[in-house]
Amino acid sequence: MSHHKIEVRNLAYSYPDGCQAIRDISFTIRHGESVGIIGANGSGKSTLLMLLLGIMFPSKGQVLVGDVALTKKTLAMIRQRLQLVFQDSDDQLFTTSVFDDVAFGPRNYNLSPTEVDTRVDEALEQVGIAHLKYKAPYKLSGGQKKAAAIATVLAMHPDVLIMDEPTSGLDPKSRRRLIDILKCFDHTKIITSHDLDLVLDTCQITIVINDGTVAAIGPTEEVLSNRELLERCDLEVPLSIKLRSLQGNGRHDAD
Amino acid sequence: MQKILSAMDNIRLFDDLARKKSAIHSLHPVAKLITTFAFLLFLVSFGRYEIIKLLPFVAFPLFMIIKADLPLIPLGQRLLVVEPLIVGVGILNPLFDPAGWLTFASIMIKATLTVVAALVLVGTTGMDRLASALYKLKVPDMFVLQLTLTYRYIFVLVEELVVMMRAYSLRSYTQKGISFKDGGPFVGQLLLRTLDRAQRVHYAMGLRGFQGRYPDDGQTSLKAKDLVFALGWIGFFLLCRFYNWPALLGLLLGGIQ
Ligand SMILES: Nc1ncnc2c1ncn2[C@@H]1O[C@H](COP(=O)(O)OP(=O)(O)OP(=O)(O)O)[C@@H](O)[C@H]1O
Ligand SMILES: [Mg+2]
Repeated sequence: MSHHKIEVRNLAYSYPDGCQAIRDISFTIRHGESVGIIGANGSGKSTLLMLLLGIMFPSKGQVLVGDVALTKKTLAMIRQRLQLVFQDSDDQLFTTSVFDDVAFGPRNYNLSPTEVDTRVDEALEQVGIAHLKYKAPYKLSGGQKKAAAIATVLAMHPDVLIMDEPTSGLDPKSRRRLIDILKCFDHTKIITSHDLDLVLDTCQITIVINDGTVAAIGPTEEVLSNRELLERCDLEVPLSIKLRSLQGNGRHDAD
Repeated sequence: MQKILSAMDNIRLFDDLARKKSAIHSLHPVAKLITTFAFLLFLVSFGRYEIIKLLPFVAFPLFMIIKADLPLIPLGQRLLVVEPLIVGVGILNPLFDPAGWLTFASIMIKATLTVVAALVLVGTTGMDRLASALYKLKVPDMFVLQLTLTYRYIFVLVEELVVMMRAYSLRSYTQKGISFKDGGPFVGQLLLRTLDRAQRVHYAMGLRGFQGRYPDDGQTSLKAKDLVFALGWIGFFLLCRFYNWPALLGLLLGGIQ
Protein backbone atom coordinates (compact mmCIF):
# COMPACT_ATOMS: atom_id res chain seq x y z
CA MET A 1 0.00 0.00 0.00
CA SER A 2 2.69 2.43 0.95
CA HIS A 3 4.83 1.63 -2.06
CA HIS A 4 4.40 4.69 -4.16
CA LYS A 5 7.50 4.14 -6.15
CA ILE A 6 7.24 5.62 -9.61
CA GLU A 7 9.31 4.20 -12.37
CA VAL A 8 9.57 5.59 -15.85
CA ARG A 9 11.14 3.44 -18.53
CA ASN A 10 12.25 4.76 -21.91
CA LEU A 11 9.32 7.07 -22.26
CA ALA A 12 8.65 8.76 -25.61
CA TYR A 13 5.73 10.85 -26.76
CA SER A 14 4.82 12.77 -29.90
CA TYR A 15 1.83 15.09 -30.09
CA PRO A 16 -0.63 14.41 -32.91
CA ASP A 17 0.90 17.31 -34.88
CA GLY A 18 4.21 15.46 -34.91
CA CYS A 19 6.00 17.49 -32.24
CA GLN A 20 8.17 15.05 -30.33
CA ALA A 21 7.93 16.46 -26.83
CA ILE A 22 9.46 13.49 -24.99
CA ARG A 23 12.25 11.54 -26.69
CA ASP A 24 13.65 9.09 -24.17
CA ILE A 25 13.19 9.49 -20.45
CA SER A 26 13.91 6.98 -17.69
CA PHE A 27 14.12 7.47 -13.93
CA THR A 28 12.89 6.01 -10.66
CA ILE A 29 11.34 7.93 -7.80
CA ARG A 30 11.37 6.10 -4.50
CA HIS A 31 8.61 6.15 -1.92
CA GLY A 32 8.51 9.39 0.03
CA GLU A 33 11.05 11.14 -2.14
CA SER A 34 10.55 14.72 -3.24
CA VAL A 35 11.64 15.37 -6.77
CA GLY A 36 12.02 18.58 -8.73
CA ILE A 37 11.81 18.51 -12.49
CA ILE A 38 13.42 21.51 -14.12
CA GLY A 39 14.08 22.52 -17.70
CA ALA A 40 13.70 25.39 -20.14
CA ASN A 41 10.37 26.37 -21.69
CA GLY A 42 9.12 23.69 -24.02
CA SER A 43 11.58 21.07 -22.74
CA GLY A 44 8.71 18.68 -22.04
CA LYS A 45 8.01 18.97 -18.31
CA SER A 46 4.25 19.36 -18.50
CA THR A 47 4.01 16.64 -21.10
CA LEU A 48 5.98 14.29 -18.85
CA LEU A 49 3.60 14.92 -15.95
CA MET A 50 0.58 14.22 -18.13
CA LEU A 51 2.15 10.93 -19.15
CA LEU A 52 2.69 10.04 -15.47
CA LEU A 53 -1.01 10.51 -14.82
CA GLY A 54 -2.25 8.72 -17.91
CA ILE A 55 -3.85 11.83 -19.34
CA MET A 56 -1.99 10.80 -22.45
CA PHE A 57 -0.35 7.49 -23.15
CA PRO A 58 3.28 7.26 -24.32
CA SER A 59 4.06 6.23 -27.86
CA LYS A 60 6.93 4.18 -26.42
CA GLY A 61 8.01 3.05 -22.96
CA GLN A 62 6.17 2.52 -19.72
CA VAL A 63 5.16 4.15 -16.45
CA LEU A 64 4.98 1.98 -13.33
CA VAL A 65 3.35 3.12 -10.10
CA GLY A 66 4.20 0.77 -7.27
CA ASP A 67 4.49 -2.40 -9.27
CA VAL A 68 1.52 -1.66 -11.46
CA ALA A 69 2.01 -0.59 -15.05
CA LEU A 70 -0.09 2.41 -16.04
CA THR A 71 -2.64 1.29 -18.61
CA LYS A 72 -6.23 2.18 -19.38
CA LYS A 73 -7.30 -0.64 -17.08
CA THR A 74 -5.26 0.42 -14.06
CA LEU A 75 -5.91 4.12 -14.63
CA ALA A 76 -8.77 4.56 -12.15
CA MET A 77 -6.86 2.80 -9.39
CA ILE A 78 -3.66 4.75 -9.97
CA ARG A 79 -5.46 8.07 -10.15
CA GLN A 80 -6.82 7.57 -6.66
CA ARG A 81 -3.27 7.92 -5.44
CA LEU A 82 -1.70 10.49 -7.75
CA GLN A 83 -2.98 14.02 -7.98
CA LEU A 84 -1.90 16.82 -10.29
CA VAL A 85 -2.07 20.59 -9.95
CA PHE A 86 -2.23 21.89 -13.52
CA GLN A 87 0.02 24.62 -14.80
CA ASP A 88 -3.04 26.66 -15.78
CA SER A 89 -5.49 26.95 -12.87
CA ASP A 90 -8.38 27.66 -15.22
CA ASP A 91 -8.10 24.07 -16.36
CA GLN A 92 -8.60 22.87 -12.84
CA LEU A 93 -11.52 24.95 -11.64
CA PHE A 94 -14.83 24.34 -13.31
CA THR A 95 -17.68 24.50 -10.85
CA THR A 96 -19.63 27.46 -9.56
CA SER A 97 -17.96 28.09 -6.21
CA VAL A 98 -14.60 27.43 -4.63
CA PHE A 99 -16.34 25.17 -2.14
CA ASP A 100 -17.93 23.02 -4.83
CA ASP A 101 -14.68 22.78 -6.70
CA VAL A 102 -12.70 21.59 -3.72
CA ALA A 103 -15.53 19.25 -2.73
CA PHE A 104 -15.78 17.76 -6.21
CA GLY A 105 -13.04 15.17 -5.76
CA PRO A 106 -13.97 13.98 -2.24
CA ARG A 107 -17.61 13.69 -3.30
CA ASN A 108 -16.58 11.54 -6.23
CA TYR A 109 -15.13 9.11 -3.74
CA ASN A 110 -18.43 9.03 -1.89
CA LEU A 111 -17.30 10.54 1.37
CA SER A 112 -20.04 11.60 3.76
CA PRO A 113 -21.15 15.27 3.60
CA THR A 114 -19.55 16.10 6.97
CA GLU A 115 -16.30 14.48 5.91
CA VAL A 116 -16.39 16.43 2.65
CA ASP A 117 -16.94 19.64 4.62
CA THR A 118 -13.98 19.03 6.92
CA ARG A 119 -11.73 18.19 4.00
CA VAL A 120 -12.71 21.35 2.16
CA ASP A 121 -12.21 23.52 5.23
CA GLU A 122 -8.85 21.96 5.97
CA ALA A 123 -7.60 22.38 2.42
CA LEU A 124 -8.77 25.99 2.13
CA GLU A 125 -7.24 26.78 5.51
CA GLN A 126 -3.95 25.27 4.41
CA VAL A 127 -3.67 27.44 1.33
CA GLY A 128 -5.03 30.49 3.16
CA ILE A 129 -8.20 31.21 1.21
CA ALA A 130 -10.85 30.08 3.69
CA HIS A 131 -12.52 33.48 3.31
CA LEU A 132 -13.10 32.85 -0.41
CA LYS A 133 -15.03 29.64 0.14
CA TYR A 134 -18.23 30.75 -1.58
CA LYS A 135 -16.74 32.92 -4.26
CA ALA A 136 -17.05 31.92 -7.90
CA PRO A 137 -13.66 30.67 -9.16
CA TYR A 138 -13.76 32.87 -12.23
CA LYS A 139 -13.91 35.92 -9.99
CA LEU A 140 -10.67 35.09 -8.17
CA SER A 141 -7.34 36.74 -8.89
CA GLY A 142 -4.62 34.71 -10.61
CA GLY A 143 -2.84 33.80 -7.39
CA GLN A 144 -6.09 33.02 -5.58
CA LYS A 145 -7.04 30.70 -8.41
CA LYS A 146 -3.72 28.96 -8.02
CA ALA A 147 -4.34 28.55 -4.29
CA ALA A 148 -7.82 27.16 -4.98
CA ALA A 149 -6.42 24.75 -7.55
CA ILE A 150 -3.90 23.50 -5.02
CA ALA A 151 -6.68 23.11 -2.44
CA THR A 152 -8.73 20.95 -4.82
CA VAL A 153 -5.85 18.52 -4.88
CA LEU A 154 -4.94 18.66 -1.18
CA ALA A 155 -8.55 17.78 -0.32
CA MET A 156 -8.06 14.48 -2.11
CA HIS A 157 -5.33 13.42 0.38
CA PRO A 158 -3.15 12.05 -2.40
CA ASP A 159 -0.30 9.61 -1.85
CA VAL A 160 1.69 11.29 -4.56
CA LEU A 161 1.40 15.01 -5.10
CA ILE A 162 2.35 16.33 -8.52
CA MET A 163 2.51 20.05 -9.24
CA ASP A 164 3.16 21.84 -12.49
CA GLU A 165 4.58 25.31 -11.80
CA PRO A 166 2.88 25.69 -8.42
CA THR A 167 4.39 29.08 -7.52
CA SER A 168 3.68 30.97 -10.72
CA GLY A 169 1.49 33.94 -9.84
CA LEU A 170 1.81 33.57 -6.08
CA ASP A 171 2.92 36.52 -3.96
CA PRO A 172 5.88 36.01 -1.60
CA LYS A 173 3.68 35.19 1.39
CA SER A 174 1.58 32.65 -0.50
CA ARG A 175 4.73 31.19 -2.02
CA ARG A 176 6.20 30.79 1.45
CA ARG A 177 2.98 29.15 2.62
CA LEU A 178 3.11 26.74 -0.30
CA ILE A 179 6.69 25.84 0.53
CA ASP A 180 5.59 25.09 4.09
CA ILE A 181 2.75 22.91 2.83
CA LEU A 182 5.15 21.05 0.58
CA LYS A 183 7.59 20.53 3.43
CA CYS A 184 4.84 19.16 5.66
CA PHE A 185 3.58 16.83 2.96
CA ASP A 186 5.65 13.76 3.71
CA HIS A 187 4.53 11.52 0.89
CA THR A 188 6.08 11.41 -2.55
CA LYS A 189 5.97 14.68 -4.42
CA ILE A 190 6.97 15.75 -7.88
CA ILE A 191 7.26 19.42 -8.73
CA THR A 192 8.15 21.10 -11.98
CA SER A 193 9.19 24.68 -11.63
CA HIS A 194 11.22 27.54 -12.98
CA ASP A 195 11.47 28.70 -9.38
CA LEU A 196 14.77 26.97 -8.67
CA ASP A 197 14.91 28.30 -5.13
CA LEU A 198 11.63 26.53 -4.45
CA VAL A 199 13.10 23.32 -5.84
CA LEU A 200 16.17 23.81 -3.70
CA ASP A 201 13.99 24.36 -0.66
CA THR A 202 11.61 21.44 -1.10
CA CYS A 203 13.17 18.73 -3.28
CA GLN A 204 15.84 16.18 -2.42
CA ILE A 205 16.34 15.02 -5.97
CA THR A 206 16.34 17.09 -9.14
CA ILE A 207 15.88 15.91 -12.69
CA VAL A 208 16.96 18.22 -15.48
CA ILE A 209 15.02 17.79 -18.70
CA ASN A 210 16.43 19.11 -21.93
CA ASP A 211 14.65 18.75 -25.23
CA GLY A 212 12.66 15.71 -24.13
CA THR A 213 15.57 13.81 -22.58
CA VAL A 214 17.09 13.58 -19.10
CA ALA A 215 20.18 15.81 -19.01
CA ALA A 216 20.99 15.10 -15.38
CA ILE A 217 19.56 13.53 -12.26
CA GLY A 218 20.95 13.76 -8.75
CA PRO A 219 20.81 15.44 -5.35
CA THR A 220 19.33 18.91 -5.75
CA GLU A 221 22.28 20.82 -4.25
CA GLU A 222 24.68 19.10 -6.55
CA VAL A 223 22.60 19.56 -9.71
CA LEU A 224 21.76 23.18 -9.02
CA SER A 225 25.37 24.12 -8.34
CA ASN A 226 26.53 22.70 -11.66
CA ARG A 227 26.76 25.92 -13.61
CA GLU A 228 28.02 24.30 -16.79
CA LEU A 229 25.15 21.79 -16.89
CA LEU A 230 22.51 24.41 -16.17
CA GLU A 231 23.78 26.78 -18.81
CA ARG A 232 23.84 24.01 -21.36
CA CYS A 233 20.16 23.46 -20.60
CA ASP A 234 19.30 27.19 -20.77
CA LEU A 235 18.93 27.46 -17.01
CA GLU A 236 20.70 29.50 -14.35
CA VAL A 237 22.20 28.73 -10.97
CA PRO A 238 19.64 29.83 -8.36
CA LEU A 239 20.35 33.04 -6.52
CA SER A 240 20.65 31.46 -3.11
CA ILE A 241 23.40 29.11 -4.29
CA LYS A 242 25.22 31.95 -6.02
CA LEU A 243 25.12 33.96 -2.81
CA ARG A 244 26.24 31.02 -0.76
CA SER A 245 29.23 30.34 -2.98
CA LEU A 246 30.11 34.02 -2.94
CA GLN A 247 30.06 34.02 0.83
CA GLY A 248 31.92 30.74 0.92
CA ASN A 249 34.74 32.19 -1.14
CA GLY A 250 34.81 35.28 1.06
CA ARG A 251 34.30 37.38 -2.04
CA HIS A 252 31.10 39.06 -1.02
CA ASP A 253 32.86 42.33 -0.30
CA ALA A 254 34.63 42.30 -3.67
CA ASP A 255 31.33 42.58 -5.66
CA MET B 1 -15.98 44.42 -25.49
CA GLN B 2 -17.69 45.77 -22.39
CA LYS B 3 -20.84 44.12 -23.64
CA ILE B 4 -19.20 40.72 -23.79
CA LEU B 5 -17.73 41.11 -20.33
CA SER B 6 -21.11 41.91 -18.90
CA ALA B 7 -22.67 39.08 -20.88
CA MET B 8 -20.18 36.83 -19.18
CA ASP B 9 -21.17 38.15 -15.81
CA ASN B 10 -24.78 37.71 -16.82
CA ILE B 11 -24.34 34.16 -17.92
CA ARG B 12 -22.95 33.27 -14.53
CA LEU B 13 -25.70 35.22 -12.84
CA PHE B 14 -27.87 32.16 -12.44
CA ASP B 15 -25.10 30.36 -10.61
CA ASP B 16 -24.84 33.31 -8.25
CA LEU B 17 -28.59 33.45 -7.80
CA ALA B 18 -28.68 29.77 -7.02
CA ARG B 19 -26.33 30.35 -4.09
CA LYS B 20 -28.63 32.84 -2.42
CA LYS B 21 -30.34 31.84 0.78
CA SER B 22 -34.13 31.84 0.93
CA ALA B 23 -36.98 29.58 1.89
CA ILE B 24 -37.31 28.54 -1.74
CA HIS B 25 -33.58 27.91 -2.16
CA SER B 26 -33.52 25.65 0.85
CA LEU B 27 -36.24 23.38 -0.52
CA HIS B 28 -35.13 20.00 -1.78
CA PRO B 29 -34.27 20.13 -5.50
CA VAL B 30 -36.43 17.09 -6.19
CA ALA B 31 -39.48 18.86 -4.74
CA LYS B 32 -38.89 21.92 -6.90
CA LEU B 33 -38.22 19.85 -9.99
CA ILE B 34 -41.37 17.78 -9.61
CA THR B 35 -43.52 20.82 -8.88
CA THR B 36 -42.17 22.69 -11.89
CA PHE B 37 -42.67 19.64 -14.06
CA ALA B 38 -46.27 19.30 -12.85
CA PHE B 39 -46.77 23.00 -13.53
CA LEU B 40 -45.67 22.53 -17.13
CA LEU B 41 -47.86 19.45 -17.61
CA PHE B 42 -50.93 21.27 -16.35
CA LEU B 43 -50.11 24.26 -18.54
CA VAL B 44 -50.00 22.27 -21.75
CA SER B 45 -53.08 20.30 -20.82
CA PHE B 46 -55.33 23.28 -21.56
CA GLY B 47 -57.04 23.56 -24.92
CA ARG B 48 -55.98 26.26 -27.32
CA TYR B 49 -58.93 28.55 -26.68
CA GLU B 50 -58.85 28.30 -22.87
CA ILE B 51 -57.04 31.48 -22.09
CA ILE B 52 -58.81 32.76 -19.04
CA LYS B 53 -58.23 29.51 -17.21
CA LEU B 54 -54.47 29.95 -17.64
CA LEU B 55 -54.35 33.13 -15.61
CA PRO B 56 -54.24 31.59 -12.10
CA PHE B 57 -51.10 29.75 -13.14
CA VAL B 58 -49.17 33.00 -13.09
CA ALA B 59 -49.29 32.63 -9.32
CA PHE B 60 -46.66 29.89 -9.20
CA PRO B 61 -43.70 31.61 -10.88
CA LEU B 62 -44.70 34.87 -9.23
CA PHE B 63 -44.67 33.25 -5.81
CA MET B 64 -41.25 31.71 -6.49
CA ILE B 65 -39.76 34.97 -7.75
CA ILE B 66 -40.99 36.97 -4.78
CA LYS B 67 -40.16 34.37 -2.14
CA ALA B 68 -36.71 33.67 -3.57
CA ASP B 69 -36.05 37.36 -4.07
CA LEU B 70 -34.96 36.92 -7.69
CA PRO B 71 -34.15 40.14 -9.55
CA LEU B 72 -36.77 40.97 -12.19
CA ILE B 73 -34.62 42.79 -14.73
CA PRO B 74 -32.21 39.97 -15.63
CA LEU B 75 -35.12 37.53 -15.74
CA GLY B 76 -36.95 39.88 -18.09
CA GLN B 77 -33.86 40.25 -20.27
CA ARG B 78 -33.57 36.54 -20.74
CA LEU B 79 -37.25 36.29 -21.47
CA LEU B 80 -36.86 38.94 -24.16
CA VAL B 81 -34.25 36.78 -25.85
CA VAL B 82 -36.71 33.92 -26.40
CA GLU B 83 -39.87 35.97 -26.85
CA PRO B 84 -39.32 36.71 -30.58
CA LEU B 85 -39.04 32.97 -31.14
CA ILE B 86 -42.34 32.37 -29.43
CA VAL B 87 -43.99 35.14 -31.41
CA GLY B 88 -42.54 33.63 -34.57
CA VAL B 89 -44.16 30.31 -33.80
CA GLY B 90 -47.51 31.74 -32.74
CA ILE B 91 -47.99 34.48 -35.28
CA LEU B 92 -49.11 32.16 -38.08
CA ASN B 93 -52.23 31.16 -36.18
CA PRO B 94 -54.26 34.33 -36.78
CA LEU B 95 -53.57 33.93 -40.50
CA PHE B 96 -55.14 30.52 -40.84
CA ASP B 97 -57.71 30.38 -38.10
CA PRO B 98 -60.57 32.87 -37.59
CA ALA B 99 -60.14 32.45 -33.83
CA GLY B 100 -56.40 32.52 -34.31
CA TRP B 101 -55.73 35.44 -32.02
CA LEU B 102 -56.99 33.36 -29.14
CA THR B 103 -54.62 30.53 -30.04
CA PHE B 104 -51.83 33.02 -30.45
CA ALA B 105 -52.47 34.49 -27.03
CA SER B 106 -52.64 31.05 -25.47
CA ILE B 107 -49.33 30.04 -27.05
CA MET B 108 -47.74 33.25 -25.85
CA ILE B 109 -48.93 32.81 -22.30
CA LYS B 110 -48.02 29.14 -22.08
CA ALA B 111 -44.57 29.56 -23.60
CA THR B 112 -43.76 32.59 -21.49
CA LEU B 113 -44.82 30.85 -18.30
CA THR B 114 -42.78 27.80 -19.29
CA VAL B 115 -39.63 29.84 -19.84
CA VAL B 116 -40.10 31.80 -16.63
CA ALA B 117 -40.69 28.62 -14.63
CA ALA B 118 -37.53 27.06 -16.07
CA LEU B 119 -35.45 30.17 -15.34
CA VAL B 120 -36.81 30.31 -11.82
CA LEU B 121 -36.02 26.66 -11.27
CA VAL B 122 -32.39 27.09 -12.32
CA GLY B 123 -32.10 30.37 -10.42
CA THR B 124 -33.33 28.87 -7.17
CA THR B 125 -31.66 25.49 -7.43
CA GLY B 126 -28.53 25.64 -9.60
CA MET B 127 -27.57 23.28 -12.35
CA ASP B 128 -25.49 20.93 -10.23
CA ARG B 129 -28.22 20.34 -7.68
CA LEU B 130 -30.75 19.95 -10.45
CA ALA B 131 -28.52 17.28 -11.92
CA SER B 132 -28.44 15.40 -8.66
CA ALA B 133 -32.24 15.69 -8.48
CA LEU B 134 -32.51 14.23 -11.97
CA TYR B 135 -30.33 11.31 -10.90
CA LYS B 136 -32.57 10.72 -7.92
CA LEU B 137 -35.55 10.61 -10.25
CA LYS B 138 -33.74 7.89 -12.20
CA VAL B 139 -33.19 9.93 -15.33
CA PRO B 140 -30.44 8.14 -17.31
CA ASP B 141 -26.89 9.31 -16.45
CA MET B 142 -26.11 9.99 -20.08
CA PHE B 143 -28.91 12.50 -20.37
CA VAL B 144 -28.04 14.35 -17.17
CA LEU B 145 -24.39 14.47 -18.13
CA GLN B 146 -25.27 15.89 -21.53
CA LEU B 147 -27.31 18.59 -19.87
CA THR B 148 -24.76 19.61 -17.24
CA LEU B 149 -21.77 19.51 -19.55
CA THR B 150 -23.56 21.56 -22.19
CA TYR B 151 -24.35 24.08 -19.51
CA ARG B 152 -20.69 24.19 -18.44
CA TYR B 153 -19.46 24.26 -22.02
CA ILE B 154 -21.26 27.53 -22.62
CA PHE B 155 -19.21 29.14 -19.85
CA VAL B 156 -15.97 27.85 -21.27
CA LEU B 157 -16.99 29.18 -24.67
CA VAL B 158 -17.81 32.61 -23.35
CA GLU B 159 -14.65 32.77 -21.23
CA GLU B 160 -12.46 31.92 -24.18
CA LEU B 161 -14.36 34.45 -26.26
CA VAL B 162 -13.67 37.16 -23.69
CA VAL B 163 -9.97 36.35 -23.60
CA MET B 164 -9.69 36.37 -27.39
CA MET B 165 -11.75 39.53 -27.80
CA ARG B 166 -9.57 41.29 -25.28
CA ALA B 167 -6.38 40.26 -27.00
CA TYR B 168 -7.83 41.22 -30.38
CA SER B 169 -9.18 44.59 -29.36
CA LEU B 170 -5.96 45.62 -27.59
CA ARG B 171 -4.09 45.29 -30.86
CA SER B 172 -6.77 46.66 -33.15
CA TYR B 173 -7.91 49.69 -31.24
CA THR B 174 -8.91 51.68 -34.30
CA GLN B 175 -11.82 49.47 -35.20
CA LYS B 176 -14.96 48.41 -33.48
CA GLY B 177 -15.66 44.69 -33.24
CA ILE B 178 -13.94 42.13 -35.42
CA SER B 179 -13.32 42.84 -39.07
CA PHE B 180 -14.94 40.59 -41.63
CA LYS B 181 -11.55 39.40 -42.86
CA ASP B 182 -10.54 38.17 -39.39
CA GLY B 183 -13.96 36.77 -38.56
CA GLY B 184 -13.47 33.27 -40.02
CA PRO B 185 -10.14 32.51 -38.40
CA PHE B 186 -11.39 34.08 -35.18
CA VAL B 187 -14.40 31.81 -34.92
CA GLY B 188 -12.39 28.77 -35.96
CA GLN B 189 -9.74 29.55 -33.38
CA LEU B 190 -12.40 30.11 -30.75
CA LEU B 191 -13.89 26.68 -31.33
CA LEU B 192 -10.49 24.98 -31.30
CA ARG B 193 -9.48 26.73 -28.09
CA THR B 194 -12.76 25.94 -26.44
CA LEU B 195 -12.51 22.29 -27.38
CA ASP B 196 -8.97 22.19 -26.11
CA ARG B 197 -9.87 23.79 -22.83
CA ALA B 198 -12.95 21.61 -22.42
CA GLN B 199 -10.66 18.65 -22.96
CA ARG B 200 -8.26 19.80 -20.24
CA VAL B 201 -11.10 20.50 -17.85
CA HIS B 202 -12.33 17.00 -18.55
CA TYR B 203 -8.86 15.64 -17.70
CA ALA B 204 -8.94 17.55 -14.43
CA MET B 205 -12.34 16.06 -13.64
CA GLY B 206 -11.10 12.58 -14.47
CA LEU B 207 -8.10 13.02 -12.20
CA ARG B 208 -10.40 13.82 -9.32
CA GLY B 209 -12.35 10.62 -9.75
CA PHE B 210 -15.07 11.73 -12.16
CA GLN B 211 -16.47 8.74 -13.98
CA GLY B 212 -19.36 10.11 -15.94
CA ARG B 213 -21.65 10.94 -13.07
CA TYR B 214 -21.82 14.13 -11.07
CA PRO B 215 -21.22 13.41 -7.40
CA ASP B 216 -24.16 13.57 -5.09
CA ASP B 217 -24.17 16.81 -3.16
CA GLY B 218 -25.09 15.04 0.03
CA GLN B 219 -28.71 16.23 -0.01
CA THR B 220 -30.77 14.42 2.52
CA SER B 221 -34.19 12.99 1.81
CA LEU B 222 -37.36 15.05 1.42
CA LYS B 223 -38.50 16.87 4.52
CA ALA B 224 -42.03 17.81 5.57
CA LYS B 225 -41.72 21.33 4.15
CA ASP B 226 -40.70 19.91 0.77
CA LEU B 227 -43.79 17.72 0.69
CA VAL B 228 -46.03 20.59 1.76
CA PHE B 229 -44.55 22.73 -1.00
CA ALA B 230 -44.92 20.14 -3.75
CA LEU B 231 -48.33 18.78 -2.72
CA GLY B 232 -49.67 22.25 -1.98
CA TRP B 233 -48.83 23.57 -5.40
CA ILE B 234 -49.94 20.45 -7.24
CA GLY B 235 -53.23 20.68 -5.36
CA PHE B 236 -53.54 24.30 -6.47
CA PHE B 237 -52.84 23.31 -10.08
CA LEU B 238 -55.54 20.62 -9.87
CA LEU B 239 -58.08 23.12 -8.59
CA CYS B 240 -57.17 25.54 -11.36
CA ARG B 241 -57.39 22.81 -13.92
CA PHE B 242 -60.89 21.67 -13.06
CA TYR B 243 -62.54 24.85 -11.81
CA ASN B 244 -62.62 28.01 -13.80
CA TRP B 245 -61.57 30.37 -10.99
CA PRO B 246 -61.53 33.56 -13.01
CA ALA B 247 -65.07 32.85 -14.25
CA LEU B 248 -66.29 31.91 -10.77
CA LEU B 249 -64.73 35.03 -9.39
CA GLY B 250 -66.41 37.06 -12.12
CA LEU B 251 -69.71 35.51 -11.21
CA LEU B 252 -69.19 36.25 -7.56
CA LEU B 253 -68.24 39.84 -8.13
CA GLY B 254 -70.75 40.52 -10.89
CA GLY B 255 -73.54 38.64 -9.17
CA ILE B 256 -75.50 35.83 -10.77
CA GLN B 257 -77.70 37.03 -13.55
N1 LIG C 1 -1.12 20.16 -27.38
C1 LIG C 1 0.06 20.19 -27.98
N2 LIG C 1 0.16 19.89 -29.30
C2 LIG C 1 1.35 19.91 -29.92
N3 LIG C 1 2.52 20.22 -29.33
C3 LIG C 1 2.49 20.52 -28.03
C4 LIG C 1 1.27 20.54 -27.29
N4 LIG C 1 1.55 20.88 -26.02
C5 LIG C 1 2.86 21.08 -25.97
N5 LIG C 1 3.45 20.86 -27.17
C6 LIG C 1 4.89 20.96 -27.49
O1 LIG C 1 5.57 20.01 -26.72
C7 LIG C 1 6.80 20.54 -26.23
C8 LIG C 1 6.87 20.37 -24.73
O2 LIG C 1 5.84 21.15 -24.14
P1 LIG C 1 5.59 21.18 -22.58
O3 LIG C 1 4.32 21.89 -22.36
O4 LIG C 1 5.71 19.81 -22.04
O5 LIG C 1 6.81 22.07 -22.10
P2 LIG C 1 7.19 22.55 -20.64
O6 LIG C 1 8.54 22.00 -20.33
O7 LIG C 1 6.10 22.27 -19.69
O8 LIG C 1 7.35 24.13 -20.86
P3 LIG C 1 7.00 25.35 -19.87
O9 LIG C 1 8.18 25.50 -18.98
O10 LIG C 1 6.94 26.50 -20.81
O11 LIG C 1 5.76 25.05 -19.17
C9 LIG C 1 6.85 21.99 -26.69
O12 LIG C 1 7.74 22.06 -27.78
C10 LIG C 1 5.43 22.31 -27.13
O13 LIG C 1 5.47 23.16 -28.24
MG1 LIG D 1 4.76 23.38 -18.63
